[in-house]
Amino acid sequence: MADTMQFDLVSPERKLASVQAREVRIPGAEGDLTAMPGHSALITTLRPGILTVVGPEGTAEYAVTGGFAEISAEGVSVLAERGVPKAELTAAIHAEMMAEAKKVVDVAHPSVADAAVKMLSDMEALGAHINA
Amino acid sequence: MPSLKDLKNRITSVKNTRKITKAMQMVAAAKLRRAQEAAESARPFAERMNAVMSGLAASVGGSDSAPRLLAGTGSDQTHLLVVMTGERGLCGGFNANIAKLARARANELLAQGKTVKILTVGKKGRDAMRRDLGQYFVAHVDLSEIKKIGYVDAQKIARDLLDRFEAAEFDVATIFFSRFESVISQVPSAKQIIPAQFEEADAAGASAFYDYEPSEEAILADLLPRGVATAIFAALLENNASFNGAQMSAMDNATRNAGDMIDKLTIEFNRSRQAVITNELIEIISGAEAL
Repeated sequence: MADTMQFDLVSPERKLASVQAREVRIPGAEGDLTAMPGHSALITTLRPGILTVVGPEGTAEYAVTGGFAEISAEGVSVLAERGVPKAELTAAIHAEMMAEAKKVVDVAHPSVADAAVKMLSDMEALGAHINA
Repeated sequence: MPSLKDLKNRITSVKNTRKITKAMQMVAAAKLRRAQEAAESARPFAERMNAVMSGLAASVGGSDSAPRLLAGTGSDQTHLLVVMTGERGLCGGFNANIAKLARARANELLAQGKTVKILTVGKKGRDAMRRDLGQYFVAHVDLSEIKKIGYVDAQKIARDLLDRFEAAEFDVATIFFSRFESVISQVPSAKQIIPAQFEEADAAGASAFYDYEPSEEAILADLLPRGVATAIFAALLENNASFNGAQMSAMDNATRNAGDMIDKLTIEFNRSRQAVITNELIEIISGAEAL
């Protein structure tokens, strides 16, 4: 079995990463999961969090929100509405994301209010990763 | 016959016009390159999104619990036409072509007794359609202040659309924009985004072997609104590239026409100067002979 797989991180505006990876840790909507080569095919939605890619060239981390990950045996592609390399995640960007999430909570339909509140708390947790 | 001074003034004025159109052409060319890059880098996301959604739609679509964004409201009485045009003119038939397509569609729907609502994006389309279809306008999105179209702009439009859909203001939404084929060819197109439609070919990439977390329905419900934003974003980018392409070729034409005009005027100017000189000579000579 190959020990690496193709990893793509795509945002609506551009391709953020396209590298070989040994493992990818994904903040899935129902809990974090790690995908390695040969993972069974899975599609999961994302919650705001840190996505970690471990590859032959080292580890890269991205803050992602909104979107989904498509995992197959050959690779992982993550489509995130917003993806920022963790090093670039600043308080300003986080504040902007928070404001967006709050807005979603405010206008959320009762049926999805819980999900929106959960997203907001996830978003807050994401703030802990901001580089000082 | 215009005097020498008049001709000279006209030549200068046409030369200035040519400078302006030339500059506009170059600006459009630079912007076009960037717009094309933006459109291309947005493509992978949209393609993946569509592939996954169409796979999901194929497996969920038949059931009664299918989200309304996919299944529709069960009626197609009220149509919302989202007409996307440029904020500026001087781009050949770009805006007019989109407006024409939208107008034809609106008239067709009206003839069928449907209700039509129009949401305009971009000032020019609004102006072009105001006279005969102004009564159907429901909203307008102004992008003139935005230098670089971002996904957030598309999200704003999408949210507006979704709110209206939730409020049952319309049953079917179609976007009108210009597909960018090449610098000389932009094709005005229409695409239905609510309820979502997928091409058969996309659905062929069967999703059957995927596990879903959470359930298929939940993922689909999560993705469909994003799909609307993605479709709008893609259309905005295509439109932007088309606009710059159209402007570039329009300005290229204008520059060439200005050049032709300058040539013509210069010949006329030289002829009349020659005539003036000849006249003066004749006068001098005949004056000298008369002595």
